[in-house]
Parts: sequence; C-alpha cells; structure tokens
Amino acid sequence: MSEWLTVIGIEVHTQLLTRSKMFCSCDNNYAGDEPNTHVCPVCLGAPGMLPTVNAQALEYGIMAALALDCSVPEFSWFERKNYPYPDLVKGFQLTQYAYPIGAHGKVDLETDHGPRRIGVRRVHLEEDTAKNTHVTVAGESYSLVDCNRAGVPLMEIVTEPDARSSEEAVAYLKKLRDVLVFLGIASGKMEEGAMRLEANISVRTPAEAAAGVLRKRCEVKNLNSFENVRAALEYERERQIAAYEAGEEIQQATLGWDSAAGRTVYQRSKEEAQDYRYFPEPDLPPLRFTAADVDAVRAKLPELRPAIIARYEALGLDRYRAELLSQTRALATYFETALAGGGKVERVANLLLGDLLAQVNERQINLEETTALPAAGELGRLAQQWEAGEVTGPQVKQLLPRLFETGETVDAAKAALGIRVVGGADELLPIIEAVLAANAAAVAKVKAGEQKVMGFLVGQVMKATKGQGAPGEVNRLLAEVLARD
Amino acid sequence: MQMSREEVAHVAWLARLALSEAELERYAGQLSGILSHIVQLQELDVTDIAPTAMAVEAGGNVVRADVPTASAPQDEVLANAADIEDGSFRVRAILEESA
Amino acid sequence: MSEMYELTIEQAAIALRVGAISSVELTQAVLDRLAATEPAVAAFIEPTPEVALAGAAAADARLRAGDAPLLCGIPGALKDLIATRGIQTTAGSQMLKGYRPIYDAHVTQRLIDAGYVLVGKTNLDEFAMGSSTETSSYQTTRNPFCPDCVPGGSSGGSAACVAAGSAFFSLGTDTGGSIRQPASLCGVVGMKPTYGRVSRWGVIAMASSLDQVGPFARTVKDCAAVLECLAGRDERDATSSSRAVPSYREACGRDIAGLKLGVPREYFIDGMEPAVEQSIRAAVAQLEGLGATAVEISLPHTSYALPTYYIIMPCEVSANLARFDGIRYGVPQPGETMWEAYAKTRGAGFGAEVKRRIMLGTYALSAGYHDAYYVRAQKVRTLIKQDFDQAFEQVDAIVCPASPTTAFPFGAKMDDPIQMYLSDVFTLAASLAGLPGLVVPCGFDAASKPIGLQLIAPHWREETLFQVAHAFEQSTSWSQPQNRHRLRVGQGGAQ
Repeated sequence: MSEWLTVIGIEVHTQLLTRSKMFCSCDNNYAGDEPNTHVCPVCLGAPGMLPTVNAQALEYGIMAALALDCSVPEFSWFERKNYPYPDLVKGFQLTQYAYPIGAHGKVDLETDHGPRRIGVRRVHLEEDTAKNTHVTVAGESYSLVDCNRAGVPLMEIVTEPDARSSEEAVAYLKKLRDVLVFLGIASGKMEEGAMRLEANISVRTPAEAAAGVLRKRCEVKNLNSFENVRAALEYERERQIAAYEAGEEIQQATLGWDSAAGRTVYQRSKEEAQDYRYFPEPDLPPLRFTAADVDAVRAKLPELRPAIIARYEALGLDRYRAELLSQTRALATYFETALAGGGKVERVANLLLGDLLAQVNERQINLEETTALPAAGELGRLAQQWEAGEVTGPQVKQLLPRLFETGETVDAAKAALGIRVVGGADELLPIIEAVLAANAAAVAKVKAGEQKVMGFLVGQVMKATKGQGAPGEVNRLLAEVLARD
Repeated sequence: MQMSREEVAHVAWLARLALSEAELERYAGQLSGILSHIVQLQELDVTDIAPTAMAVEAGGNVVRADVPTASAPQDEVLANAADIEDGSFRVRAILEESA
Repeated sequence: MSEMYELTIEQAAIALRVGAISSVELTQAVLDRLAATEPAVAAFIEPTPEVALAGAAAADARLRAGDAPLLCGIPGALKDLIATRGIQTTAGSQMLKGYRPIYDAHVTQRLIDAGYVLVGKTNLDEFAMGSSTETSSYQTTRNPFCPDCVPGGSSGGSAACVAAGSAFFSLGTDTGGSIRQPASLCGVVGMKPTYGRVSRWGVIAMASSLDQVGPFARTVKDCAAVLECLAGRDERDATSSSRAVPSYREACGRDIAGLKLGVPREYFIDGMEPAVEQSIRAAVAQLEGLGATAVEISLPHTSYALPTYYIIMPCEVSANLARFDGIRYGVPQPGETMWEAYAKTRGAGFGAEVKRRIMLGTYALSAGYHDAYYVRAQKVRTLIKQDFDQAFEQVDAIVCPASPTTAFPFGAKMDDPIQMYLSDVFTLAASLAGLPGLVVPCGFDAASKPIGLQLIAPHWREETLFQVAHAFEQSTSWSQPQNRHRLRVGQGGAQ
C-alpha cells in the first residue's frame, strides 16, 4: 500500500490565571515556592472539607468557550471522577463530565492547503493534581508528594479528530494558545507545565477515509512543546504505517513521548483503562447560566489576535509585521499606545520591530509585559522626531539604550547625551565640501551617472557630522553642491 | 442478585481495599443479600421522572470570589502525616510521575 | 432539688448570670457525673476535662463581663465525627486514631464563639455507619436506660451522654436517622435540621447529599437553643442556606390549636413493637387534645426509601472515603508496592460495615450498573420527595414513630446488615427528601426503655417542629428530666 492518511485529535490542559485555586482560596501562584506551602485543609483533602467554586474560573471557562465558538449550557454541574492515586488528594477529581462549560465549537486555520476547520468537542473545568517527584537515594526508590498544585484551576479543551497532519495539529495548538493567552486566562507556558498537550493519532487508507472508517488510535501524553507534538505525531504515524504494512495490528494504547530518544513509549492499553464511576458532586449545587449571564461574559471578551492582525493590516502593515507586533497582547498595546503619540504607522512599527526589539533581545526582556520597556508615549515621540528629522537614525540607536536604562523622556535623554541635529547650510556646507575634496574618485563616479555611489558620500558626510547631520538636509545640500560644480 | 467472589474481588480492587479470603466470601454473600433487597426499585416505572441529586437547593449559583487567603503553615499541613521528607509527603515509589 | 448537672440549659444560664453558680462549678459537676456514669455508659471516645475546665474559666470571665451568649459556660459534647482543632477526631475508626485536625468544624467554631465548654468527643458507629454504635472500633456504648442494650446510632455516644447527664447537650449527625433513632432509643430530644440549615464544613462526610448536623438535649427548648447557635450560612459550605434563622426558642410555647398533623399509614408496619405503636397512637391523641387536627395521610413510596438510601448513600460513601490512603493523615500500613500499601492501609483501617458500604457503592457506580442503580435510585428519590410535597399541601407536620423498636440488645443485628438497616426504616425517607425531623420522648415500654415520637416538617419549618414538640412535652411527663429515676447508670439510678 502506498498512501496513508492521518487522523489526529488533540487534548489540551491549561492552568487558569485566577488568583486563588479552583475550589479553595489558596494562592494560585505557587511556582518556585517550597512544597506544601500553598495548601489548606480543603486542597489537602482533609476529612470534612468541602469545595467552593471559584467564580473567576467559571467566567474564564465561559470566555474560552465563547472564544472557541462553543455553546454554553444552561445547566452544568461538577462531577466526581473516581480514581485512587497518591497525587489525587480526595481520591477523586472534580471535573465537568456530562455538562461541560462549552461544546460544539471550532477553530478555523489557514494552512498551505487552504482553510481548515478543527471542531472543538468540549471545553471543561476541573482541578489540577498534586505533584509527584520520583526520588532514588542509595538504591532506594520513593516518591514525594507536593500539594501546592493540587486544586489549581485547570481547563481541558478537546477537539474532534479533525486534524489531518502534524502541521495542522501544531497550527491548531498555536492558534489555541493565542486565544487562551489573549483572553488573559492562561499563561500558555508549556515549559512550566501550565499548558499540557496530548494528541491521539490513527492512520487509514483513502478508501477508509471515504467510507468514514477509523482505525485504532494511540494517544500520546506528556508533550510539552509544539516541536514535541510534531515529532511525536510524525514518529507515531510512521510507526503505525510500518506496522500495518508489515501485516501487524495496532493496539489502542496510551503512549508517552521520549524526546531524547525521539520515540513513543508504551504506557498502558485500553483494557487497563480505569472505571471512573462519575457521579454529580453532592457538595456543590448545580450551576445555571441564562442567556443574559453568557452575554455579560461575551461583552467582556477582549479583542483576539486574528482581529488585531487584521486591524494592523488595515493600517497598511504587511502580515509579517502585523504578526510580530501582536506576538503578545502587551506588545500590541504598547505599539498602539506609541502610535497614538502621532508618529506614522510605518515609522513606529519599524522603530519598534527594529531598534526596540534589538534592545529587548539583548536585554532578554519577556514581552508578556512591557514594564521594562521605555514608556510607549516616548517611543511614539522618538518616532515622530525621527520622522521630522529632529533626530537621526544613528542617534535613535544611541538614545534607546538610555531610555531603557533611565526611563527618561526623549528630550531629557537628548539633552543628557548632547544630541542635536546639524541641519543648517552654514554648518553642513563646509563639511560637505571637505568630504567631496577628500573623495574625488567617488565624486567623479557620481558625475559619470553612478548614482549608487551617492549613498557612500552621504554616509561619509554623516560620519563627519558624528551622526548628527539631518539626513534630508545632507542629501539636499550634497546634491546641490555636486550639481553646482 | 448474586455477586460472585470474582466480582467482589474486582470491586475491592477498584476501591483499593485489601480483603482476606474470608472477607471476600462473606461480602459476596452479604452484598448479594443487600442487592436482592435493592432490586425492588426495578418495580417502579421511572420513565419520565427527573433524578434528584440534591433534595434542597439554595437557588442561584453558589460561587466564591477569586480572592486568595492565607494557606496553612507547612508544619500544620504535614502534622498528621506518618512519613514526610523535605516538606513533602513520602510514599512508596510511584512508577508513573504526574505530568 | 436537682443536682447541678440535671438543670436545663435555660436554668443553668440563669444561675450562671445571677452568680448562683460558676461555669467551673457547673463543669466540675458534669465532669463528676461523667466520671460516675462513664464506666457503665462509655459514651466518650475521649473526655476532655482539661479543655472543659479551661473553657469554663474563660466562660466565667465572659459571663462576668456581661452580654454572654446563652450557651456561654454550658458543658456540651461533640460526636467524634466533628473536627476539633488539636483534639483527636477519629470518626470512630482506627484509620484516624490519633488524628488531630488543624481546623475546627464550622459548628465547633460557632459553639466556641458562644463560649460553650467541651466535655468530650462522643462515640459513634465507625464513620457514622450503623444504627447501634456497635461498629465503633473503640468501645461499646451502653444505653443509660438499659445497659444491656444499644443506645442506637450512629450518634449513640451523643444521645447516651445527654441522657446520662454527662453533658447538657451534644451534637450528632444524621444521614439516614443517626440523630433521631438514638434520641428515640435514649429518651432525649434530637433534631435533624433541613438539609442546608447547618454547615457541614469540618464534619467528616459520610453521604454528602444527606448529612446534617443537629443537637441532642434533654428538653425541646434546650434543643432549640442549640440549633439557634448552629444554624445559618457558612461561605465554606456551598450547600448551606443563606435564609434567615428564626428564633426557635420563641416557637416553643406557641399554641398548636388549629395545626393539621398527618399520620402516615405506611409508618405502622408489621414488625413494629406493640408498645411503640401504642405510644405513638397515644401521642397523636394527646396532640389532638391540645387542639391539633390529626388526619391519616399516605406516603406511598415509603417502602422504597430503604433500597433507595442503600444505593445513594454507599455511592457517596465510596467516593467520600477514597481520601483515606494513609499518606497525608491516617494510619498507614506497610506494603511491597505503593498499591499494596494503599490497599492494606484501607483494608486494615476500615471496619466491616465501612468496607461493606464502600464495596456496595463502588459496585453500584461501576460501569454497566451506574444507570440501573444510581440513576434509578435518584429518580425514586424524586418520587419519595413528591410524596412529602403532596402531604404538606394538606398538613403542617407529620407525626410518626422514629424507630420500629425500643433499644435492642447488643449483637442482635450485627450479623444481619438488612435487619440493622431496617431499624432506620422510619427516618430514611425524610432524609432523602432533605426534610427536618425532630424526636421527642413519648413513652416507655414495659422494660422502661424509651420510645420516641418523630415529627417531620416541610423544608425550613423547624419552628413548627419545636412548636409541636414543646407543646407535647409540656403536656406530658415523658421528658428526660421527669424520668431520671428510670436511668440505670450513675448514683441516681439502680445499677
């Protein structure tokens, strides 16, 4: 057989950026803290403790559901998913099973093969587990349980088996991550485990695809980067195809991804699947959402990245720069604030994406927030002054580091660095004449029609002004002098 | 309703209860007896009856404002545990680490 | 002249306020009584005399300062299912031997705020699972009116200590009758409030959709006083109601003339002891004599309450008890592997009845059985609830027995789970419907064992229960203070 088609479904778990935990008031922000210091009797699962629902988490769930075009149910409740495990303090996890907070949604992708639609089967809220760490000391193996993570709000987003390639799967994941991050409800940080990816994959023949037949699928868990998703799905596709072509069968199973070895590893089969014995959590009354409740949340939805990109394209920016400027909500807001200062779109965008981002990279600043950047208004002023010839390109490069370091205004920084523009003919003409005298060969070439040498002469003049020559004036006077001779 | 010894053993595994042979035998008999009593619910026609999960409901969504409060001190969190190490609960090796 | 420990809460509160006695004296009198009766009754898993005397001294200071709540300085006891910060809370199970919570239950906190004096943690069926207190893994509690018989359960210790005089009041929990049945068997007043009236936070859960905390006392008005202290919204229990709490004590003394009482025909069954039926019928006549109207009503699904309860309750139990794995608290057992240690901890830590219910619930929820058992039981629960809804369109309250029998001998039902479960047959239906129920003494059988009258009211109508029970109590001579001579424990009784 030659042609095999791929079918992929994707599950994402993301922690939510609430201040407190899902079912108790412990501080959610536990990263890097000592074990078991963000724990109360409720999230410890102590006897007699009861859950209470975090209103913000509920709202975040509805926001995600709406942003993913899901319907929000009129009725929902939490259920107990029963399975014993040392990281599950109550012996059950509270989750939404029969009544997810969102269902029947979609994400539209633009791919190299045209537009593609990934169905979102469900969005539901649940609680995170404690963290187990495996320890081996002097040949003895044991595990340590830290409950700081226990009860952190978690949202699970499950797609229909609609992705047809690893590229589509990754494109979906990138778009989903943007949605969650731009909603302000998730950090999207996969390296910290705040966003966890799983994918299930099967292959089939074109004839089976035409008949709507699916073969056995395997689920790959613990994927912590988009690259791992791509690699694991590629590997698993080839493994399954090889098995079928060798006349073997694929068993439905849960696999792990060994990124070091670059292969999937068997974890458990379908037959070992748990009997979760779901039933509604009797400690929590059911939840009801009216159309007005949902509309109130809808009204709070912020603008998402595709809309921002479209708006930037309408301003005249190309797609590439529109995407770069909207890589985080904070950067987009920064750009728009700078723009409001009155600079031209092109100039502000280029200043931001060029000189400013160069500084950002050099200083290793995280663009999730822009507090470490110069005030956006000052960046706008700088762009405006550049546009007006009140500063030069080299001066901009000189000014920016100081703006990062001191937080001064542009004018204050200019004064401090003694930056000014040499623009008058009385100052520039002697310099130009000296440069022309020193570069007779170049002058000859220009006069012979080699216009590109003009740039060299401009550069020499700028150098002679120590970067302070007003570029417009320099060009104009230089042309005038050359024409006069 | 009869519950076999094997079914009892499977349920004991689901519930993570180590039972002796004698207990398995005894529970097979007793649970069968209780299930035989319970089976009378099958007499009733409940086709159009909505289930009651909670007999009295407060009315309105009962939710909590997202305001963090102090957690318990670590020593109190660990105070009732039999085996602790480095501020954590210590258990026998779990082969599969949590994600 | 009564002994100090025999006063009612109201009498003691007055004596404390006029300075006739101090709380330390009152508490010492109760502790002396406890010391005298406890060898025979064994109501307490852990008496807390030092906590009590320290609490009494603090209460005296507060009383002297004036403006102390009614329960200030009054000795009370808590079922050992109710969390007490720093004080062992065992649920009657070896699993929690030595467990000292780092929190007080909401009800414990309310009593502390009121200045009560804790005399001890009372015995109970293990994790409140039982109807005789015999499944406790600690000790056997005896009925103060009949030391050869059980006190009922699961709140047997709480009922027995109030009857014996070693606490003015106590708290129990009622899931399917665990306050009302032992109140009936021990001749005291016991009440289960409407589901959601009292916070369950810090009360070790048995079946979450059924559990409620409620008081035991020797008189109706004392019981009302304690419920007033407990009732009300707690932000930490999402099922607790924010409805205003009326004065239950004010309901005591209201005329019952004109009230309509329903007597359900399904509550007079074969197997009911004749003395019980006679006392209940006499009580109904007594209430009619006080001006109430009694009508026969039907609660047609009554016989389905037991099987319904024995599906819903164990399902919730199986999940509620999953947390006991010996890792964060509890008594762990060694094992070769993590799973072996896990299962051995639970196998050894839980007693026979607890394991039986966990097994039953796990089975009923498991794949293939979930709908046939759990979902069907919830639908029948709806039918049982509708029975009451229809009845309460006609009547203000329901009058019926609390238990088909008086206190039974030890061991009589321990080998037959169904027989034991049947002793709650008159209390289960109201539990499933979330209704408030109160038991008030209404007689004694030939062996001087108490009989209790159960009153059931619509949701949130606890006032009606206190109103009717108080009128009944005041017009009869069945209450505990008038029958102290029947006690067969302590110096006052024929041991």
